[in-house]
Amino acid sequence: MTPAANIKVQHWRGYVVIALLVLMFLALVGRVLSLQVLDSGRGVEFLKKQGDMRMLRTAELPAYRGLITDRRGEPLAVSTPVISLWANPKVLAGSERLPELAAALELSAGELEERLARYAGRQFMYLQRHLVPDRARDVLALNISGVRAEREYRRFYPAGEVAAQLVGMTNVDGAGVAGLELAYDEWLRGHPGKKRYIKDLHGDAVRDIGVIEPVRPGRNLQLSIDLRLQYLLHRELNRAVTVTGADAGVIVTIDSHTGEVLASASYPDFNPNNRSTVTMSQTRNRAVTDVFEPGSTMKPLTLVAALESGRYETTTLIDTSPGRIRVGKKVLPDPRNYGEISLSRVVEKSSQVGITKVALDIGHEPVWDVFNRFGFGQSTATGFPGESAGLLPQRPRWRPIEQVTLAFGYGLTATPLQIARAYAVFANGGLLPELSLLHREAVDVRSVRVVDAQIAADVRRVLHEVTGDQGTARKARVSGYEVGGKTGTVHKVGAGGYLDDQYVALFVGMAPMEDPRFVTVVVLDRPKGDNYGGGAAAAPVFARVTAETLRLMGVAPTLAPSAEMLAATATGGDA
Amino acid sequence: MSEYVRQMPDNVGPLTRPPGLARKMHVDAPLLVLLLALTAYGLLVLYSASGQSMDAVVRQGRYFVLAYVVMFAMAQFSPVRWSRWSPWGYLLGVALLAAVAVAGVGAKGAQRWLDLGGFRFQPSEVMKLAVPMTIAWYLGARVLPPVSKHIVACLLMIAIPCGLIVRQPDLGTSLLIGASGLFGIFMAGISWRFIFGTGLVAVFSAWPAWMFMLEDYQKQRILTLLNPESDKLGAGWNIIQSKTAIGSGGWTGKGWTQGTQSQLDFLPESHTDFIIAVLAEEFGLQGVLLLLGLYVLILLRAFWIGLNAQSSYGRILCGSITLTFFVYIFVNMGMVAGLLPVVGVPLPLVSAGGTSVVTLMAGFGLLMAVSTEKRVVGQ
Repeated sequence: MTPAANIKVQHWRGYVVIALLVLMFLALVGRVLSLQVLDSGRGVEFLKKQGDMRMLRTAELPAYRGLITDRRGEPLAVSTPVISLWANPKVLAGSERLPELAAALELSAGELEERLARYAGRQFMYLQRHLVPDRARDVLALNISGVRAEREYRRFYPAGEVAAQLVGMTNVDGAGVAGLELAYDEWLRGHPGKKRYIKDLHGDAVRDIGVIEPVRPGRNLQLSIDLRLQYLLHRELNRAVTVTGADAGVIVTIDSHTGEVLASASYPDFNPNNRSTVTMSQTRNRAVTDVFEPGSTMKPLTLVAALESGRYETTTLIDTSPGRIRVGKKVLPDPRNYGEISLSRVVEKSSQVGITKVALDIGHEPVWDVFNRFGFGQSTATGFPGESAGLLPQRPRWRPIEQVTLAFGYGLTATPLQIARAYAVFANGGLLPELSLLHREAVDVRSVRVVDAQIAADVRRVLHEVTGDQGTARKARVSGYEVGGKTGTVHKVGAGGYLDDQYVALFVGMAPMEDPRFVTVVVLDRPKGDNYGGGAAAAPVFARVTAETLRLMGVAPTLAPSAEMLAATATGGDA
Repeated sequence: MSEYVRQMPDNVGPLTRPPGLARKMHVDAPLLVLLLALTAYGLLVLYSASGQSMDAVVRQGRYFVLAYVVMFAMAQFSPVRWSRWSPWGYLLGVALLAAVAVAGVGAKGAQRWLDLGGFRFQPSEVMKLAVPMTIAWYLGARVLPPVSKHIVACLLMIAIPCGLIVRQPDLGTSLLIGASGLFGIFMAGISWRFIFGTGLVAVFSAWPAWMFMLEDYQKQRILTLLNPESDKLGAGWNIIQSKTAIGSGGWTGKGWTQGTQSQLDFLPESHTDFIIAVLAEEFGLQGVLLLLGLYVLILLRAFWIGLNAQSSYGRILCGSITLTFFVYIFVNMGMVAGLLPVVGVPLPLVSAGGTSVVTLMAGFGLLMAVSTEKRVVGQ
């Protein structure tokens, strides 16, 4: 073959090869084109989304939960930022730095390994929740792979057990589970925001892209509670429970003008900052949730029914001798024979015989009607979780004994707050206030007239007399101030009916009598010993609470100082 | 008179221009410029692909300096000498491969290196040039197109090193070397009938090869290529990730060092075999086309050198080296784009790594030697 022919062949071959190469290049270009630019189902859009799926993540930004404060702005529940540490057990398990991590978390290495074993195969496990940011940073500074942090808020309750049942608490995830935290959860909670961030293959957040949904912090809640009074009630309730040996107790004070609950203490209580020891019975805000028979504290309402009937005045004389009365098969005794006494004295002495005679005379209907108007059987509508409306039964036929016991305050149930509301009618000149646990401006006050102002004034005078020398509640007196109120000593109900030796001691009172503003209910459940009655066990508690309340609220004394008070001042002692 | 002289000069020198500086230095200027451009582009991408590590770029830069020195050195010897040395190089390479089989060191279950007192050396790299050179030497000295017995001899010369390399095992390199040898035979001009016959044999031997020759992991790679979704977290991961990276680049890309898939470690082997996915993600289709453009120009120039070679040795050698270079590109990009199975072939002159760069540049040194050979024809 000549060189020329040889070269010709080679050239021809070269062109074929080049054509082949061009085709293969075009195949490559076509492939890249279809991946990068053309959108063919599995083309560029799909792949871009796939890319984003690998690296874009959305994280929740926790919302700050609103403050709960008392009426003066003192904090009752505060959220503080904390850091929760979590781990990816798949990454962390088998790390040789476990002992180091355990030490930083103040755990034993065995404990940590055991927990890792329990979460084996999962991708998430809390190491420790709600750490103080400084401590969490120390742990994170170790830079152990698989350990991550999450920002959270933790709820603190500065007042501790003092307002525990009222304020309630949140669970570990920051959701309200009891008390007002639960009732106003929606209001307090706020809305968590969302942010978008980029993560790498190892799951580490590389960079924040931005907030796609801003955090909307929760709103604050200002309660009607006055923390100073709350402390006072809490202290006095604990003292009373200790002194009387009662199983449980409630004190609640309301502002009769505005219907605001100023303080509400329940025993037993709990520390909301330490959830681990809380039991259900401790979390009850008994002023709102617990019902019992109100007993003699209803007698002033029976008095209202009598006065409204037009057949009685407070001065109407009623013969209570011989100190007992038979209704059906039952004999109702007074402590002693009071003889012929006025209607107001009947209430002062809490005479069973006197009330029985009145009740049988006017019938059950006016009594039931007054009870109903004064809010019994109707919810106090504060919105508190577990709030009870009590029970005011309506019967098709009333036997005489049922008429009588209703007038005594048996056969119906009520919460302490319902009793306070009913007494606020007297304090308020006949207006039933709408109750509230939230701070309320004066213009928002809504009251309903349920009784004539004159009758309310009459009953008020009687209530004042109850604390007089002849009354059952001499121990309710407060030196320097005129107070009024009514005792109640209620037999507890057991399996076989009323129990002879178990009582609930009650006192409902108001002060100052010139224009009563503070209505306080004291309930002691099953006081032990001799001083189990409302006058002996509950009235002194009212006195202590009211004395302090009036002073705190700056109410000027209207009476000349009593002898004891002068004596106390002279010796420099504490009144 | 002067017009006559202008029309028909008889006192001009040689018809070709006098040799310039590049020619004296035995450097093919267009090829050098293209290679330098590709090198610069490659280092730019490598910086980003290595997680913005200047160290990686400097290390790769040193390899390039070495590689250019080797290229320049090899260009100084004439093809005639290279032809004479070819068989000795081949024999040395085979001996080294045999040494590897006996006393080689390895990693990841493969025994590919010789440890020469702290310096690791991969003899299969030598064969990448030695095989095409030997084929060119053998066929260049014979009448073309070659007759059957010469072809059989060539096939034997190819089969020996390929067999040794397959046993390392390193199927990818073995196939590349085999291909470079076959390209030599092809460039020497065997008949189309022979090519088709071989093709048929290849097709019919595919089944027994699949059954008896391929290792499980190699089969797995091919199966995974056909359906990457079948093993998303295993062998399919690389392909899915690289396709995702390429696809998310779009027309213009996300910008240098801004590729999310590569910078956030989602893309495996991002600075070595899969570096083109980084380029595609960050520079988009434009960047890919620029790279392909450079490759095409280099290939065209290399072909032009081969077609204008003075000897059969030069022609066969250049053709073989050029085609092998193309195969590198095609196999790597095909793999990353999900057209071909995953085999460990770097993107020539762009992927990080010293050995392949030096070998490739040595090949270009041979090309330059051929291109600057003294002209005996056409003068």
